[in-house]
Amino acid sequence: MSLDISNLSLVLVTALVFIALWIGYREQLGIDKDIVIGVIRAVIQLTIVGYVLKYIFHLNNILLTLLLILIIIFNAADNARKRSNGIRGAFYISFVAILSSTVVVLGVLVASGAIKMIPSQIIPISGMVASNSMVAIGLCYRNMNAMFRDQRQQVLERLALGADIKNASKGILRETIKTGMSPTIDSAKTVGLVSLPGMMSGLIIAGVDPVNAIKYQIMVTFMMLATTSLGSVIACYMIYRKFYNDRMQLK
Amino acid sequence: MAILDLQHVGYQVRNQQILADINLTVEEDDYLTITGPSGGGKSTLLKIIATMISATAGDIFYQGKNLNQYDPILYRREVSYCFQQPTLFGNDVLENLSFPAKIRRTDFDKARAIQLMQYVKLDEKMLTQPIKELSGGEKQRVALIRNLMYLPKILLLDEITTGLDAANKAIVWELIERLKGDSGVTLIAVTHDEQEILAAKHLAQVENGKLEVQR
Ligand SMILES: Nc1ncnc2c1ncn2[C@@H]1O[C@H](COP(=O)(O)OP(=O)(O)OP(=O)(O)O)[C@@H](O)[C@H]1O
Ligand SMILES: [Mg+2]
Repeated sequence: MSLDISNLSLVLVTALVFIALWIGYREQLGIDKDIVIGVIRAVIQLTIVGYVLKYIFHLNNILLTLLLILIIIFNAADNARKRSNGIRGAFYISFVAILSSTVVVLGVLVASGAIKMIPSQIIPISGMVASNSMVAIGLCYRNMNAMFRDQRQQVLERLALGADIKNASKGILRETIKTGMSPTIDSAKTVGLVSLPGMMSGLIIAGVDPVNAIKYQIMVTFMMLATTSLGSVIACYMIYRKFYNDRMQLK
Repeated sequence: MAILDLQHVGYQVRNQQILADINLTVEEDDYLTITGPSGGGKSTLLKIIATMISATAGDIFYQGKNLNQYDPILYRREVSYCFQQPTLFGNDVLENLSFPAKIRRTDFDKARAIQLMQYVKLDEKMLTQPIKELSGGEKQRVALIRNLMYLPKILLLDEITTGLDAANKAIVWELIERLKGDSGVTLIAVTHDEQEILAAKHLAQVENGKLEVQR
């Protein structure tokens, strides 16, 4: 596959950014600064990552590859933590949840021979897994905060009747795990009908036979289902305890 | 030995002293009525006894043992708190009345639930009624019998008749009379109701965070 965007084309495509800037200006959205920062960050980050990946793919060193995956997971965990609105231990919990889901999913993919244990395959896949896990976990945190606030009295009633904290939180746990998983389930239902997902589009644009590209997409869809469910379950079961103190009282 | 003994109990949030130096002894099978002006600290006191919150000063002994030596879960099954504005959870009445059995991992005693419902004049058909369809008085009664599916040692009642009409109050009182009789349940009830205060054998007043035993 040979695909190359010339640098000139890329510069011309910058016109698209000006559309966004123009709309922001006209509608007085006050987001021009954010757009400019976003664009500059995207260009710089992607450029750096591009060269780093090139170097690492070239080196093909297992330790370096694992290190990069850990960095990806670290960043994903930090991002998920930000959604937790200050729940204590959220970073650690996010890290454990994302790491576990990534390890399990990668393990199955490698063991089944779907992908090879080489940097150019496992690094992008790890990135996809970690970022999906991160989004699911972030949704879980948001939802759990909201539910413990809205259903505070119901939780207290259950505690007063002598429920342990798991029984007192059961409904919230169930709803929250569902919330974390539902975007993935929804997108699994509409994949190919509404959107051609990024990976598949990329392969097709790069000249891969669409029938081959779908095999990858099917794999990605399964992988996302496993990732978001694992990430949500692990994070939820670890984080709900943080809403209680050691005397089993609601904080 | 007193079933419940509070010694110099205080509760402070940030810099606000909500309860101070509460001393109270409750004997087994007693029926203590607590009254006092709104905002005086009555609910706070019951929540502390129910371990929904922890006192910030003093000690509480239940059956001679310090409260913090008990497993909160087992303690709350013996010292049961009925909230001032109880909320039902789940979808229907059944879910509420079967919850105590569920957390004890035992089978739901439907006959007992129906008997309790009869005591408070709720039709057995109401078991499957969605909670959003219940009236305020019906919800209050369901919440009360939810605390009685397994008889507690101490029942803490927080203004459970406030907002009920005379007929509903009478129904609730009837149930409480039954408990006073021979059940072995010690009752501590907060109320603003004149009649209940007049009828009370043992009465305490909570005002400005201080408790005073009246009789
Ligand atoms: N967590 C808290 N933080 C701050 N203030 C609190 C807290 N809990 C209770 N208070 C305050 O403590 C005081 C006592 O509250 P409490 O609910 O115990 O009153 P009460 O005697 O039950 O009143 P009422 O008869 O109206 O139910 C009130 O002024 C209340 O605002
Ligand atoms: Mg009160």
